[in-house]
Amino acid sequence: MTIVPTKEAEAAEAVRAAQSSRRTLSIEGGGTRLAFGRPIQTDDTLSSKGLSGITRYEPAELVFSAWAGTPVAEIEAALDEKGQMLPFEPMDHRTIYGGSGAPTIGGIAATGASGPRRIQAGAARDLLLGVRFVNGRGEIVKSGGRVMKNVTGLDLVKVNCGAHGTLGFMTEVTFKVLPKPERTLTLILEDLDDERAVQAMSAALGSPFSVSAAAHLPADVGGARARTALRLEHFAESITYRARELAKVLSAFGRAREIEDDESRALWRAIRDVDALAQPKDDMLWRVSVPPTQAPALLARLRQAGLSFRALLDWGGGLIWIACTENAAASTVVREALGGDGHATLMRASDALRASLDVFQPQDAALMKLTAGIKASFDPDGILNPGRMYAGL
Amino acid sequence: MSSIAFPTPDPAILARRDDIIAGLAALLPPECLVTSEDERRAFETDALTAYRRLPLAVALPRNTAEVAAVMAFCHREGVKIVPRGAGTSLAGGAIPQEDAVVIGVSKLNRILSVDYANRTARVEAGVTNLSISDAVMPDGFFYAPDPSSQLACTIAGNIGMNSGGAHCLKYGVTINNILGVKMVLIDGTVVDIGGQALDPAGLDLLGLIVGSEGQLGIVTEATVRLLRLAEGARPVLFGFDSSEAAGECVAAIIGAGIVPVAMEFMDKPAIEICEAFAKAGYPLDVEAMLIVEVEGSEEEMEAQLARICEIARRYGVKVVKESRSATETALIWKGRKSAFGATGRVADYICMDGTVPTSQLPYVLKRTGEIVASYGLRVANVFHAGDGNMHPLILYNVNDPAEQAKAEAAGNDILRLCVDAGGCLTGEHGVGIEKRDLMRHQFSEVDLTQQMRVRAVFDGRWLLNPAKVFPLDGRIAA
Ligand SMILES: Cc1cc2nc3c(=O)[nH]c(=O)nc-3n(C[C@H](O)[C@H](O)[C@H](O)COP(=O)(O)OP(=O)(O)OC[C@H]3O[C@@H](n4cnc5c(N)ncnc54)[C@H](O)[C@@H]3O)c2cc1C
Repeated sequence: MTIVPTKEAEAAEAVRAAQSSRRTLSIEGGGTRLAFGRPIQTDDTLSSKGLSGITRYEPAELVFSAWAGTPVAEIEAALDEKGQMLPFEPMDHRTIYGGSGAPTIGGIAATGASGPRRIQAGAARDLLLGVRFVNGRGEIVKSGGRVMKNVTGLDLVKVNCGAHGTLGFMTEVTFKVLPKPERTLTLILEDLDDERAVQAMSAALGSPFSVSAAAHLPADVGGARARTALRLEHFAESITYRARELAKVLSAFGRAREIEDDESRALWRAIRDVDALAQPKDDMLWRVSVPPTQAPALLARLRQAGLSFRALLDWGGGLIWIACTENAAASTVVREALGGDGHATLMRASDALRASLDVFQPQDAALMKLTAGIKASFDPDGILNPGRMYAGL
Repeated sequence: MSSIAFPTPDPAILARRDDIIAGLAALLPPECLVTSEDERRAFETDALTAYRRLPLAVALPRNTAEVAAVMAFCHREGVKIVPRGAGTSLAGGAIPQEDAVVIGVSKLNRILSVDYANRTARVEAGVTNLSISDAVMPDGFFYAPDPSSQLACTIAGNIGMNSGGAHCLKYGVTINNILGVKMVLIDGTVVDIGGQALDPAGLDLLGLIVGSEGQLGIVTEATVRLLRLAEGARPVLFGFDSSEAAGECVAAIIGAGIVPVAMEFMDKPAIEICEAFAKAGYPLDVEAMLIVEVEGSEEEMEAQLARICEIARRYGVKVVKESRSATETALIWKGRKSAFGATGRVADYICMDGTVPTSQLPYVLKRTGEIVASYGLRVANVFHAGDGNMHPLILYNVNDPAEQAKAEAAGNDILRLCVDAGGCLTGEHGVGIEKRDLMRHQFSEVDLTQQMRVRAVFDGRWLLNPAKVFPLDGRIAA
């Protein structure tokens, strides 16, 4: 059965009822990210769709609050009207998972979906100022608020962001927003190999010109030639100057080509949503986080191990997307190649494989114990999205 | 006299003091253990000096292994622990209690590695905030959060409080600039949380730990983000005839799509105090002043300042004074950053730290003045206006118990006002003991209970900094 509360109190009621009858609940927003995490089977589904609408938007304060089920499109339209945006550039997972639902703002918070601008403006969790959620006891809990600086009490906001609905059913979220940049320009270097590309991105990110995104598309990923893209976003008059200066910083890596406006926006949208690796649909997809300079060596290790794959680098090399033909052995290969200082998430694979492999990076015993304890502190009977992140939790 | 309660020390622990000290002495060399009354005095309070308690003993371990050994010992013996950095907390977060061992991280003060290509540094937790920026500044980098206490305060304390600073409007607070920590759990287990990567592997434990006020474990190392310095930075001073006009100007600047690096507010009493101390060239004939800082190349700063000045004029700015040299810039910031110290020279003060939505600033400022006046006291306001984080300094005489009680009562009224205006009790200083008993004004019992349940995962027996953050009554067991 799918429960669609239209009020927060109804959601709490539904969870209380589920707890007392020990029925497990899948938590769902627009349903566009259900393939993210381990496949789970529950007695019922609790949907946020009935909790929709922007509850407060104060452009001069750079914040808005919305019910968790509010479509992202509705929020982006409202922000757009005031020349503002979600700073962390959330990914739209429909490119990799397919599906036609409408992504919700609650789904963004629950998955901590952060895009290319994460390196400059922060991740979803950095911009999420407040949440209201129903915990596994059916209690309505609030944490954080609507102000940018708030250190009152233990912060339950960030731990819920990216918890994939395993700690609570989020009912309302409050995000900080930023003004849209007046002008956007992207410098593109061509034909760099992974090593040189990461060096170029490090040089750009270590420059004073506020690069807001840095990504590398190797040859044959989204185009025949390798492209290394560096984005500048600022006041119109600054961009010309910064583009010129940044090109100088990058001169050792070749002559940078410039793209602007729609062309630039289209490129970053494609990078954000991993368009280039989305097809074929049955390829398995990994998302790997590492210190940026370790990315080339990691990719080299994968090649040495005989893995045939395509990759895309974002966050200056700190985020690597890897696509390869589905096979269970790849998990070992990818995780062994990490070399201890990073983590890999299996973003896309068949249900069977995601049920049998660790979707999220396995952690050491002490951290797993904390994770299990935290889960139980929110959801003692394990009724909310049980097993979505870790088997048995 | 003092209105903030401390729990009654556990007589069983006090009775075992000699044994406990002997146990600690077996784990640490003599220079790392403080037991004499005279030397313990140095640890009896923090920057909330109206309250003090002598700790049972003070351990000053030199590395993670020693921290772990001391914690495992205390845990086994049921001895409470108060983690301490530099002791500059304004909320009483590092104030000990008689039956607790203070574990100070001041000897863990090395910068372990700097990695410019990945823009991170690995540091021991007892390094001072400023020493990180000092170390990387020659290479054009800095560590962004800049509390005014940055010369003294430690990264450990910054992590404890999720500290901010004047430049957080653009660069964020501690949590936004930390990627990983090494932390010792209450039973001595050492965990590594996060690392150099930009997102967590599983649950965002780091987001829970930063700002947890020493209640979840003792942080011994941290990986911090380094940022490249802008080409230049320039503050401008705006003088206004009223606080309201200054407050509206702040909202208008942000409303116009401009997010400066910093936007600091001072009212007339604060201007006078800071100017007398720092000779920063602040205008004395205005009711309120803003320091607005922009960054970039020469032309970029000119262009941004032109836009900002244009807005300020619309709000009737009376004095506009741009910094014309690095020396002037340094003086302008010296005046602002020494505000608390300078105030301390003219009177005792308690510093409030509530945050309000920026649209509420004019109203809350007005009410703050009225509240403090109704107690017959004076207030100076100096704060981070861009993010609504207010710092009313309530002036009083610490040797006059009646005045202290009034100052605290006024402070509490102001914090309740901040919450009622849509804000919170503390923006960057933390709850500590100071705001502990106001927590129920901001949170419901359900909210607090959920927080305590999470706390219990780390410290089920309330041994870690136990008198802080949560009201003393109604605490839940594991
Ligand atoms: C003049 C002055 C100006 C200030 N300006 C600012 C400002 O601009 N912005 C701002 O945010 N704050 C400011 N503060 C407050 C204070 O400096 C900060 O809270 C600072 O982060 C405290 O650091 P500390 O090293 O002194 O920590 P302490 O005061 O020793 O401890 C702070 C808290 O952290 C905990 N803690 C300490 N070490 C550890 C550890 N290793 N592991 C876990 N927990 C630990 C303590 O138990 C305590 O709860 C100011 C204070 C003063 C006196």
